[in-house]
Amino acid sequence: MRRGRFLMKAMSLNLSTVNSHVKNAEYAVRGPILLAAQEIEERLKNDPGSLPFKRVLKCHIGNPQSLKQQPISFVRDVLTCVINPSMMERATFNPDVVERAKRYLEEIGSAGAYAESQGISAVRQEIADFHYQRDGYPADPRNIFLTNGASEGVKSFLQTIIRDPASGHRDAVLTPIPQYPLYSGTTAVLNGVLVPYYLNEEAGWTSTSKDLDAAYEGAVAEGVTPRALVVINPGNPTGQVMAEEVVREVAAWCRDRGVVLMADEVYQENVYKDGAKFTSFRKAAFDLDLFSGQDPLQMVSFHSVSKGFFGECGLRGGYYELLGIPDEVRMELYKLASMCLGSNTVGQIVTGVMVKPPQPGDASYEQYNRERSDILDSLKRRSLVMCEGLNSLTGVSCNVIEGAMYAFPTIRLPKKAVEAAKAAGKGPDTFYCLRLVHETGICVVPGSGFRQKEGTYHFRITILPPEDQIDEAVGLLRDFHEKFLNEYKD
Amino acid sequence: MFSKKDTSKVLLRDNVSPKVLQTKYDVRGEIYLAAVKRANEGKEVIYTNVGNPHALGEQPLTFNRQVLSLVMAPFLLNDPRVNSMYPSDAIARAREYLRHVKGGLGAYSDSRGNPYIRQEIADFIQRRDGVTASPDKIFVSNGASECVRMFLNCIIRGPNDGVMVPIPQYPLYSASIALYGGEMVGYYLDEDTTWSLDMDILRSSLAAARAKGITVRALVYINPGNPTGQCLNKENVENLLRFCHDNRMVLCADEVYQANIYTPKAFVSARKTLASMPEPYRSNTELVSFHSVSKGPFGECGLRGGYIEFHNIDDGFIDEMYKLASVNLSPNVTGQVALGLMVNPPRPGQPSHNQYQSEVRRCIESLKRRARRIVDAFNSMEGVSCQPTEGAMYSFPRIRLPRKFIERAKSLGKSPDVLYCLELLDETGLSCVPGSGFQQVPGTFHIRTTILPKEDKFDDIVGRFKSFHEGFIRRYGKPEPEAPRSRL
Repeated sequence: MRRGRFLMKAMSLNLSTVNSHVKNAEYAVRGPILLAAQEIEERLKNDPGSLPFKRVLKCHIGNPQSLKQQPISFVRDVLTCVINPSMMERATFNPDVVERAKRYLEEIGSAGAYAESQGISAVRQEIADFHYQRDGYPADPRNIFLTNGASEGVKSFLQTIIRDPASGHRDAVLTPIPQYPLYSGTTAVLNGVLVPYYLNEEAGWTSTSKDLDAAYEGAVAEGVTPRALVVINPGNPTGQVMAEEVVREVAAWCRDRGVVLMADEVYQENVYKDGAKFTSFRKAAFDLDLFSGQDPLQMVSFHSVSKGFFGECGLRGGYYELLGIPDEVRMELYKLASMCLGSNTVGQIVTGVMVKPPQPGDASYEQYNRERSDILDSLKRRSLVMCEGLNSLTGVSCNVIEGAMYAFPTIRLPKKAVEAAKAAGKGPDTFYCLRLVHETGICVVPGSGFRQKEGTYHFRITILPPEDQIDEAVGLLRDFHEKFLNEYKD
Repeated sequence: MFSKKDTSKVLLRDNVSPKVLQTKYDVRGEIYLAAVKRANEGKEVIYTNVGNPHALGEQPLTFNRQVLSLVMAPFLLNDPRVNSMYPSDAIARAREYLRHVKGGLGAYSDSRGNPYIRQEIADFIQRRDGVTASPDKIFVSNGASECVRMFLNCIIRGPNDGVMVPIPQYPLYSASIALYGGEMVGYYLDEDTTWSLDMDILRSSLAAARAKGITVRALVYINPGNPTGQCLNKENVENLLRFCHDNRMVLCADEVYQANIYTPKAFVSARKTLASMPEPYRSNTELVSFHSVSKGPFGECGLRGGYIEFHNIDDGFIDEMYKLASVNLSPNVTGQVALGLMVNPPRPGQPSHNQYQSEVRRCIESLKRRARRIVDAFNSMEGVSCQPTEGAMYSFPRIRLPRKFIERAKSLGKSPDVLYCLELLDETGLSCVPGSGFQQVPGTFHIRTTILPKEDKFDDIVGRFKSFHEGFIRRYGKPEPEAPRSRL
């Protein structure tokens, strides 16, 4: 295209004229390591023998079905009947599948119709029932919002509570370090302040109310208003499952400090450690009677179909429940949900199936239960393989993976490696991870993407490589690591 | 210094983000909430407030649901009876998607959308407009609305950044601009000439905004229009493109209704128009275009699939949008496949082609008939005038209200058209959106209704509008004579 005499003006939209809060936000889960992995994938596609490894192994993101995990049959059966109702007559589905699909269709008419802004009321009722069953305390479907994945709910909620500094406030979100960078990224885009509270690696990634106090008081001293506390349980990237007493302690702390509790509980079905049990924050709060009295606790819990054993990341199903939040605030969240006319109906239906699965006696129960155990048992096995494998590497130590889907080992890097990284203009853990992907095809996320204690280095690797690939992956990692240490030894 | 005893509860409406508080979205506002309450009391409600075809009985296109159900449940492909249950092209198409969508519907895709599907979209744009389109310049999201919001979030830096928006407009724009703390710069459409564009009005709106110290960064137009239903011609679009180029703004073309056209006028895309213009416009006018699976004969609102195409947009900017999209991980994959199916329908010669085309034709012909009927009906009512619905899914009649009624509304603290809609709902069960939800020339009142209720119910619905209005005039008297109109 000849531009000729016409001067190419700089575009009015460019990096220097984009919203600076967007620019300042970071989200490393899909950062430079992934880009390198994608380039390597292209290279291997065009010339399969060109590298010393045969494939790229994407261990950077909790995306089970991209690594061969199969969807749960009952889920897909119900969905296919909702999408193509004529199939209910022409193919043979279990009666509980058909009944379920018909119940949803009765309310929505078609998967192609916008549902109510807060989501299909039958599904919200199912979630309310699930919460009651799980915790022993009732829930109100009016306080439940269905969203395109839990992430969307987190964004809406933060958007509602973080006030722009121009309004005279400096609102902060207390976030665990290390944390899943949805929180840091979203807070940055909203021009809020992130106030870290550090999880204690030596103590199995726990934190106590003392740590929370330190963070809170530090913030207040700087003229910042802590509005919410984020807790991820089971932890991401850290994998700890909080003991019931700790859950209660944190809930009580939030009530005492007047800070909204944001409980990210998307991994609640992924608990592997023997003896460990998931305790929901809402249960703990009700147990301690935190919602009554003058200054009740205010909280929001998030859940999703992306994790657990469903692993339906691509369907984008999630929800949040408000507790102790005044109706007038709920109406503001309702307004935000209305602007996008609600979340996708398929995701909403999967959410319903997740919280109300086949029961013993139902036609689909046996198969459902078998598929469920197979996946959870396999995840548990792989969590051990990965953890053991990482702990066998020199200078690497990995806490027990109590839950979630990740290992987050700490790596001691030789001084020379740190210097080489600096010379290359990269953080030491990023440098390590880039070398790893280039030499083994294994794609992980450097610890800096989640933040970490100053002077420590980590990376996050998923436990999701299929069973027939995970040993090989650990082997490749081991060989790489030893080679790397050797290269940079003192 | 913050101390807990200052507030009895931490999170109250008072300390919700002011940007959220100032955001208004009336499509699901007061009237809709009253309608829901009424429905919960067991009374009849007809929801004509949202362009939601399937909710009003429109049938999905057969081929789409066939392919989607196979992609949703791949085990069906192994069933020996599948060939008798599904046409061969639906089966082939499902297999193609399963081949190119790694992990199927259940895995996060690329944050920008699956590359194969983005290529289908690029091919569609090429076929439609005769231009070269690239999947790298196309992002998919959970509906066009999400693309719009992401885009506005990136371009609005602060309260001095403005976005020009037509009045009346679909309130996603006004709401999003408020949410991101920018300034909405309205430009009036001329109702009497089928809501036409007047470049002088645009020029003076821009000048007024600049005089206030606003940097206007973008101009939105909706074609076919929502709520106004007009279809623009090539000259209109050229004028908009030139205007944006000369004033260093991005043109935002909301084209989600491009398949809802009821006049012989063909749809004119901004992309095609720009490609036919000379330099410096062709290579230097910044343009983003939006499309969606929610409208047209597709009508798959609930699946949430939409895209944005960037043209002449800086790569650095696109990278920032990519980053923002990444935080959401991935658009829903079902909606993405639906997008692919929309832009790449069965070709002539393929088994499903004829049925597909006849379903599309029937849908559009029926919408065309319904559009005509309701516009004629409104024009037959006393004090009501209605421009033709050339496209989209709505009718937006202007209603001259009697003085007595306007005063009653004032005394109740309501906008008069809100009160009209509440009374209409109460008497007929029809749930519309008042014109104030879209903004309108001050002193004028409108309502927006969809044209979507099924054809066999349509006469009844038109009848309800008519008889309500007749009763309304009897109750409140004749409307005021036409007031002299001031636009700005």
